[in-house]
Amino acid sequence: MDWGTFIWTTIGVGLTLSVFSFLYKDNPFYRFTESLYVGVATGYMTIILWYNGLLPTLIDRIWVGQPWWQLWGGKWWYWIPGILGLLMWFRFSKKQAWISRYPIAFYIGISMGAAIPLEMKNRVNEQLYSTFGNLMQNLTFGPDNWWSGVSEIIIIIGVLTGLFYFFFSVPHKGVFGGIAKVGIYILMIGFGASFGFTVMGRISLFIQRIQFIRDWVVAGNEGTGGMTAIVWIFGLLLLLLILLEIIRHIMKKPADEAV
Amino acid sequence: MNFFEKLAKLDRRWVFLILAAVVVITLLVDVKTSIRVDKEVRSVYDFMESLKPGDYIQMSIDYDPGSMAEMHPMTYAILEQAFKKDLKVVITALSINGPGMAEQAILDIMDSVQILYGKKIVYGEDVVFLGYKPYPGIVILSMGQNYRISYPQDYYNTPVDDLPIMHNIINYDDMKGIILITGTSGVDFWISYANGRYNAPLAVGLTGVMAADYYPYLKSGQIFGLMGGMLGAAEYEILVNKPGPAMEAMKVQVWAHIIIILFIIIGNIGYFASRRKGGVQ
Repeated sequence: MDWGTFIWTTIGVGLTLSVFSFLYKDNPFYRFTESLYVGVATGYMTIILWYNGLLPTLIDRIWVGQPWWQLWGGKWWYWIPGILGLLMWFRFSKKQAWISRYPIAFYIGISMGAAIPLEMKNRVNEQLYSTFGNLMQNLTFGPDNWWSGVSEIIIIIGVLTGLFYFFFSVPHKGVFGGIAKVGIYILMIGFGASFGFTVMGRISLFIQRIQFIRDWVVAGNEGTGGMTAIVWIFGLLLLLLILLEIIRHIMKKPADEAV
Repeated sequence: MNFFEKLAKLDRRWVFLILAAVVVITLLVDVKTSIRVDKEVRSVYDFMESLKPGDYIQMSIDYDPGSMAEMHPMTYAILEQAFKKDLKVVITALSINGPGMAEQAILDIMDSVQILYGKKIVYGEDVVFLGYKPYPGIVILSMGQNYRISYPQDYYNTPVDDLPIMHNIINYDDMKGIILITGTSGVDFWISYANGRYNAPLAVGLTGVMAADYYPYLKSGQIFGLMGGMLGAAEYEILVNKPGPAMEAMKVQVWAHIIIILFIIIGNIGYFASRRKGGVQ
């Protein structure tokens, strides 16, 4: 690892540990890192949106290589979305906020027109068809594929009972109560699967950070003497902070108990 | 207060500390773990293997550094497989932080493929990075007509028609398939617009948090493959026979999950013990 990369990685390690320190308690290191993150992310996103959105798709098309004061030289009709975009800024005025409803209405109208037919097709019709469309063909119980038939039955029971749980036009008593109960169990299994995946996702993020810190330590130890020294100084500083916190905690305890 | 009641009221910071210790120790110790490859991951691999040199695929790298841990191993494994097979890869990034992720992956894999397999990947001939454009739904719809509507230039401001890789492609019809590696809800746009409207074959690599929600689309055939979180990435690393960071992370995952399950059991025992005594309602 070269020195430039090592220095940036060291800063990354410091920021990572600062964020993790919040798990112990709120502290100035965490607050600094949080503010830094918000600032950097906002700056980065603004620049990305400017250079990838506004500049190539609006400004460059209105002014195609001519001076800025020639407003009609390029594709003048791009002024229409440009003005609609500017009208959004009226949100900040209490009196004139109604003007911003026009671009919002325009945007929602286009989105609805594009989305509704496709959403209906893809999220409702396709899903219904895949569950019930080829029911008899899918219900196969051969020696090699008996499990697919069983799965099909579980899916159908799950869909129907899960939907019934949200059907409140009949009281959930007797047989209907039983169906709704199966439905809630199916829903809980679904939530359980999501929860399991979520835990895996969160642990994955933590593991990756630990891998990052480990790689930094390895790079420091395998690098030049200066890099090894930085890793050691960093580690000792961390240890010192932990020790100071432990001492502070011990010193504080009797006073707390007295209260 | 008995033992389990005390455990149920344990300061959560002890849980964090124990979990951190388990993660660090299992990462440092050489622990073996076996992973079974599921068919939804294998179908992505089989699709890639079925392609011939010169075939086009599109990859959309729609995640940010927050999901990098799960997503990067998938991107690296698939991109390397594509370059090894001499496929032509068109890359987009429809998440605002995606360009940084995509560029890092492209440059790293171009280097590693040259070092490991002696293949020189030429930008503009073998791979192109079209970059980020806002409003994924509109961009996905426009690419179905012509890539040039949303992307007259690539990420580096080169007109796409100046790049040899773009000479033979107009829209999704020229792609053998699209592989999304995504940590955003943009996947819904891809399914609804790219597959629903243009019948583009889609496979998805998702964060663990999202994965369970997209299994119904496998059954309906709207996506032909799914890699879920770190496990999906590890399974793909097994398939390409190149264990990497995801495989290493999975051995830790196993022990971390055991610890979490233990804490859940202890917490529940403590809860029920307290309730029996009328403590916690």
